[in-house]
Amino acid sequence: MFSYTFHWRAAFQALPQMLAGAVVTLEIAVLSMIIGIVCGIFLALASGSHSKILRGAAAVWIETARNTPALLQIYMAYFGLGSLGIHINSFAALLAGIAFNNAGYLAETFRGGLRGVPETQARAARSLGMTAPQAFRIIVLPQMMRIVFYPLTNQMVWAVLMTSLGVIVGLDNDLTGVTQNLNVLTFRTFEFFTIAAGFYYVIAKIITLSARALGWRLFRY
Amino acid sequence: MIEIQDIHKSFGSLEVLKGVSLNVEKGEVVSVIGGSGSGKSTMLMCINGLEKIQRGRILVDGTDVHARNTDLNKLRRKIGIVFQQWNAFPHLTVLENVMLAPRKVLGRSRQDAEAVAVQRLTDVGLAEKLKVYPSKLSGGQQQRMAIARALAMEPDYMLFDEVTSALDPQLVGEVLDTLRMLSSKGMTMIVVTHEIAFAREVSDRVAFFHQGRIHEIGSPEHVIGNPQQPETIAFLKSVL
Repeated sequence: MFSYTFHWRAAFQALPQMLAGAVVTLEIAVLSMIIGIVCGIFLALASGSHSKILRGAAAVWIETARNTPALLQIYMAYFGLGSLGIHINSFAALLAGIAFNNAGYLAETFRGGLRGVPETQARAARSLGMTAPQAFRIIVLPQMMRIVFYPLTNQMVWAVLMTSLGVIVGLDNDLTGVTQNLNVLTFRTFEFFTIAAGFYYVIAKIITLSARALGWRLFRY
Repeated sequence: MIEIQDIHKSFGSLEVLKGVSLNVEKGEVVSVIGGSGSGKSTMLMCINGLEKIQRGRILVDGTDVHARNTDLNKLRRKIGIVFQQWNAFPHLTVLENVMLAPRKVLGRSRQDAEAVAVQRLTDVGLAEKLKVYPSKLSGGQQQRMAIARALAMEPDYMLFDEVTSALDPQLVGEVLDTLRMLSSKGMTMIVVTHEIAFAREVSDRVAFFHQGRIHEIGSPEHVIGNPQQPETIAFLKSVL
C-alpha cells in the first residue's frame, strides 16, 4: 500500500538551486516589509487624522488587505492591473501584493502602538520647540517601534511564507517556484517539497531569533 | 515680559479660564496657587501655545502667542516648561534627553550641545547620571533632568506646572532646591505649585486662582501672610 521509494540523492543535488531560490524569497519578503512598514505608518496616521478622505482611503486599504485572501491581492496586482493596461512582471506583482497585505496588517499594529505612547511625550517634545514631524520621528516613532517590534517579527515571517504564492502569477525563481520546476522535471514531489519546507522553516527561525537578538540590543531602556 | 490679557479657555462646555489677566516682568518670580481644576495649569499651557484660547491674548516679548502668523516653534524656544509628570523621553539616556532639543531645534553641533547639557545636568546635580536611562532614576531625579532639559534651550522664561506634585515627599526638597537656584540666578518664572511655604519664600508675587479667575494677587506677605478674600483664607486653611 505504501510503494513510494524515496530518492533523496536527486533532491540533494538540487540544493544549490533551491538555496538560490531561498535568497529570492528572502529578498521579496524583506522588500515587502520595508514597503509595508512605510505604508503602514502612513495608513496608521491617516486613519487617526481629521480628514475624512484620508480616513476613508486608509479604511478601504486596511479592510481589503485584512479581509480578503492574500492570493487574490497578488492576483489583482498581476492580472487585475494587467487588464487595466498596467503590466508588471510576476516578481513586482508578488512584491506589490504582499506589501499591500503587510501594510494593512501593520497599520493596525502601528495604530495600537501609537496609542501605547503617551500623548504627553509629543507634548513635551513640542514644548521644546520641535515641529510636529520632528516630535513624531524622534520621540514617538522609536517608542512605538519598541511596542510593535514582536508583532512586526510575526508579520515578517508571514511575509516569507506568503512569497510561496508567487507561483500563481508565474514566478519561477523563488523557493517555491524553483521547487515546483524541479518537481515537474523529476516528479520527486515529496523530497523536493520536504526540503523546501525545511528551507522555509530555517528562514523563519533565523528571522525570529535574530529579531530577538536585535530587540535586545535596540531596546535596552 | 509675558502679558496675559483677559484670556478665556473652554474644554467643550466647561469654561476653565474666565478672563485671566497677568503681567510677568523680566526677572520676576510669580507663584500660582489654588485648588485643583481652578485653571492654573491650563494657563501655563496657553502661554506657550500648547492650548488654544477662545478670547483675549497673550503677548510674550510683544509677540502674540495665538496670532495666526506666529511661529510657535520659534516662540517655544524661549519658554521652557516643566510638567507635573516630568515626561522624560524613555528611549534616550539622560544626556541625550538634554542634548536633543539644542541639536534638533537650535541646530547646535554635537560638541556644543553636549557641553551645554553636561553643564545643565551638573547644575541640577545629575553629573553622575549622564549615560543612564531615565527609568533608572528616581522621580526627583527625572524631574531635575526635565528641568535641565528645558534649561538647555537657554529660555528667557520658565514655566513650572506642579513639578513636585507627583513626587514622594522626601524627593520634593531636591526639586525645590533646583527652583531656588534658578530664581537666585534671576530667571523669570511662573510656578504653579501646592508648596505654599515655598511659594512664600521664592516669589515676588503670588496669584491665587479660584474658579478660572485670579481671585487675589500680590506680594507673598499679602496673599499668603494676610489674605483679604474669604476664598483665599479658606484655601490656605485647607492646605496649610
